Amino acid sequence: MHVAKVVVDVMPKPEILDPQGQAVAGALTRLGVAGVGDVRQGKHFVLEVDDSVDDETLERVAATLLANPVIEDWVVTRA
Amino acid sequence: MTTGMRIGVITFPGTLDDVDAARAVRYAGAEPVALWHAQHDLEGVDAIVVPGGFSYGDYLRAGAIASIAPIMTEVVAAAGRGTPVLGICNGFQILCEAGLLPGALVRNAGLHFVCRDQRLRVESTTTAWTGGFTAGQELLVPIKSGEGRFVADAGTLAQLEAENRIVFRYAGGNPNGALADIAGIASADGRVVGLMPHPEHAIDPLTGPSTDGLGLFTSVLQAAVSAA
Repeated sequence: MHVAKVVVDVMPKPEILDPQGQAVAGALTRLGVAGVGDVRQGKHFVLEVDDSVDDETLERVAATLLANPVIEDWVVTRA
Repeated sequence: MTTGMRIGVITFPGTLDDVDAARAVRYAGAEPVALWHAQHDLEGVDAIVVPGGFSYGDYLRAGAIASIAPIMTEVVAAAGRGTPVLGICNGFQILCEAGLLPGALVRNAGLHFVCRDQRLRVESTTTAWTGGFTAGQELLVPIKSGEGRFVADAGTLAQLEAENRIVFRYAGGNPNGALADIAGIASADGRVVGLMPHPEHAIDPLTGPSTDGLGLFTSVLQAAVSAA
């Protein structure tokens, strides 16, 4: 059976404060890197799926488990 | 004193506060019933406590994996029948992830894990878990969490306010940046309550900063009696 890679990227919604991203941005300043304004931290999932998994199922996987729709946005991409 | 009431206390892999929650149930005069995450049977309990800790190592998001554990299917069904459910700290996160309570708990503003005694103001006494308090009463209970910042969209917040479902607010300083100083909320029917601070750690002056937390556990005995 053919197995494909599917990538799901999850990010905190723009209106949600991301203190982890802020901490990374602060660390960049201490590293002497200028010019990086804002950093937001998310999650990157790589799934190996076979042909029986359709797009609707992948969307359900992302919306019900990989991301929390209350606080996060996501994008599903078939690699 | 025992009331004959049986209150389930759920243990997931990584739960820490099930023993203290069971002790609080016992202090209140009820019988604690240990429930394991992998079982589908609530053993006929009259109310349920989802205690704190780091269920499944907080992998993915705090409470996310636990929210789909076998026992949670039964908890969601029981809540639908009006069984009182209390989620404390990680338990609150689990109830939000399971959809029993609105909103979400995210990383504390400032990133610090906060561990201290915290003052709370009781905002609603119409829930199954706060009927024994008086509105505006202040409690002193420990808080210990890194992901305790309650967030919800503006519509959800307005609804919680309008329906008197904000149960506890932080007093004397917001420890985590929670929206509108919210420390705990209730379901629309007032039977499900979640809060970040730990009332089960404040039931005995020997081990806690007060005995204020016991009120939640004694309140539910009254709520269950009047419902029966």
